[in-house]
Amino acid sequence: MKNLKINILTMLLLIVSFTNAQGKEKMNHNHGDMKVDGMKMNMDKMQDVKTEAILSDYLSLKDALVADDSKKSAQNGSKLAASLKAFDTSSYTAEQQKELADIIEDATEHAEHITKSAIGHQREHFKTLSKDIIDMVAISGTTSKLYEQFCPMYGDGSTWLSLSKDVKNPYYGSKMLKCGSVIKTIE
Amino acid sequence: MKIVKIIALVLLVALVGIQFVPTTRNQSNTVLETDFMLVNNVPETVQKKLEVSCYDCHSNNTQYPWYNKVQPIAWFLEDHIKEGKAELNFNEWDSLSNRRKKSKLRSIIKQIESGEMPLDSYTLIHKDAKFSKKEMNEIINFITILKDSL
Repeated sequence: MKNLKINILTMLLLIVSFTNAQGKEKMNHNHGDMKVDGMKMNMDKMQDVKTEAILSDYLSLKDALVADDSKKSAQNGSKLAASLKAFDTSSYTAEQQKELADIIEDATEHAEHITKSAIGHQREHFKTLSKDIIDMVAISGTTSKLYEQFCPMYGDGSTWLSLSKDVKNPYYGSKMLKCGSVIKTIE
Repeated sequence: MKIVKIIALVLLVALVGIQFVPTTRNQSNTVLETDFMLVNNVPETVQKKLEVSCYDCHSNNTQYPWYNKVQPIAWFLEDHIKEGKAELNFNEWDSLSNRRKKSKLRSIIKQIESGEMPLDSYTLIHKDAKFSKKEMNEIINFITILKDSL
């Protein structure tokens, strides 16, 4: 009988905590929305900085992957997701805006996944993310000199961007640091 | 002794009571024009497998077994479905841009290849959702061709 009592109590607790958890999730969500609004307001003043901010976060993410550092990659992934969301496309033509919105939506999703996966997965997402960022730069341009690099081995060939001519492979890290070559210079 | 009976009774009432809490069922009678199967030329075997293994959480229509209509199991399930649909909804496939489609297809391949999808907690009950080696190859081949054609 005592056992039954305990069982009943545990079940009740479970139900209560479950309903509670659901409520909390909703509250967190609202907080997130508010933050995004705040960021949008700041953005109007920072038109020129936005592409460079995205690039800088992308390059830090790349460096963390080169260093085989999954934790740092996750942190940089979430920074990148934030700067992508803050990208205001209003100064571009309608066609470019459409393309950019598409790129940003895709890139944000990959950046967000990078924040919550192990290094193997992070690199898979980084492949598509790199393609997105390269396409973004093709539209937005950049003030920095970038090197588009290519590794023929990873996933039937994968590209990435780097500030340096020297190849340091983010897809393999220390395993095959030198695999790849510069295929294009972006200025 | 009496208190145990009271608690048991309260619990029973609560358990019955929560059955009446309305939940949003993931069910729809309309097939959207954007559905993956309608806009792509999907081989029958692949179509069937995708519907059995993926559509419960990645479409607007879940085939609910009876026990998934019982609370609190149903609550737990709705959360899963919500998450699954946010990630990928086969019914709304064609509303995605080519870039997004390619991205999703690449993820589908990786998830199936690595055995992460379908989820273990799902195949535990839905034995028919599991992929045999042959089915896996078939689906991955199809998805790869589709991805490269975009």
